Amino acid sequence: MQITIITFGQIAELSSDKIILENVHDTDTLQQRLVEEYPALLNIKYAVAVDKKVISGNTAIGETSAIALLPPFSGG
Amino acid sequence: MQLNSDDKERYSRQIILKQFSEAAQQKLLQSKVLVVGAGGLGCPVLQYLAAAGVGNIGIVDDDKVSLSNLHRQVLYTTNSVGLSKAVMAVDALLALNPTITVKAFPVRIDKSNALELIKEYDIIIDGTDNFATRYLINDACVLLQKPLIYGSIYQFEGQVAVFNVKNDNGVASANYRDLFPHQPEPDEVPNCSEAGVLGVLPGIIGAMMANECIKWITGIGSLLVNKLFIYNTLSNQTYEMEVVAKEETNKLIPANEEEFKATQYSFSCEVEHTFEDVGIKDFLSLMQEEDTVVIDVREIGEKPIVTSFEHINIPMSVLKNQEQCISQKNILVFCHAGIRSVDAAKYLSNSKNKVYNLKGGIIRYNID
Repeated sequence: MQITIITFGQIAELSSDKIILENVHDTDTLQQRLVEEYPALLNIKYAVAVDKKVISGNTAIGETSAIALLPPFSGG
Repeated sequence: MQLNSDDKERYSRQIILKQFSEAAQQKLLQSKVLVVGAGGLGCPVLQYLAAAGVGNIGIVDDDKVSLSNLHRQVLYTTNSVGLSKAVMAVDALLALNPTITVKAFPVRIDKSNALELIKEYDIIIDGTDNFATRYLINDACVLLQKPLIYGSIYQFEGQVAVFNVKNDNGVASANYRDLFPHQPEPDEVPNCSEAGVLGVLPGIIGAMMANECIKWITGIGSLLVNKLFIYNTLSNQTYEMEVVAKEETNKLIPANEEEFKATQYSFSCEVEHTFEDVGIKDFLSLMQEEDTVVIDVREIGEKPIVTSFEHINIPMSVLKNQEQCISQKNILVFCHAGIRSVDAAKYLSNSKNKVYNLKGGIIRYNID
């Protein structure tokens, strides 16, 4: 299973390519794997959306799930 | 309130819309909107609300116009440089529409004046440029049960949402803290002056905010309630995500005006909530207290596995997105050597809990 992650704001700047992870079945694992690959994420607060719904707590990721990582923006 | 002949002519192009009509125009003319921040987002918001005939507009901004504002803050001219944004915006709006009331509040919104300012208006628009003020406005709106139109930008991306709108049963929709529970640290996210912005972006996002505001006032269309809309000007891609109102969010928001005024929003005078370092004896005895949780912040798979006391495992790498699940009054944290747990303890400390850190970690006491 391979999932592609849509990123926004400064998280999109962490990788010039799309972030693709294999064998990730829940959001806790997702976040651990992301931190291993992008340690800068440890210092950024962001919302995680699974299938376009912002999650709280560990959430299952299905084979066709769409994952998005969204940091807050402050600009006005 | 009857529309006079000038009103009928001024607003004719929107009144002839079947969904809009004179009734909607009357609602606009009777409405009171507070716009906080008269910058990149605030300018288009103000311009469109004044043009559409929002009868009473308040503008809060303590800043002065600078030359580098002019590429996006389109209410101002080169002659405005050095002058108050709130005052210059009032002049520009009254030149556009002298039939409405526009009031300048050339002050910085803070916890001492926010509630009084917000109380006077039906709906609030957040066009500010820093997190401290965004969280302050969100919390004040939740406390005073006022709807909040939110917009923010970063380089080529913008976010729009409508927060804290009551449904037919009187239940409030999601607010900013349902999306981002905690304020980012200073310097965690660059603002426009650091990250840069193309002037058109706040124009687009600000116009969307004005659109949501007009829809809320007049009751037409559907709002970005329990939703966050994201737009990228480079790719023209849009993304919408659902945001759900969560019960645990309420714990993060001051429960009354006194608590609100005691909350620290600004970083510059932030009072750090403290935690306490304890040895194993105190750690074990604190565990027995009511409403207590013990958290191992080591990553999954780290050894030794602790079996000598009950605890939960929330690795440091995910703690920052899970802290809303921790509602206990007493929080005990530990890790291998007591370094990561210090960060966890600092992070989890707030005005409503007491956090204890096992000094030196489990390695010091040969715990397993």
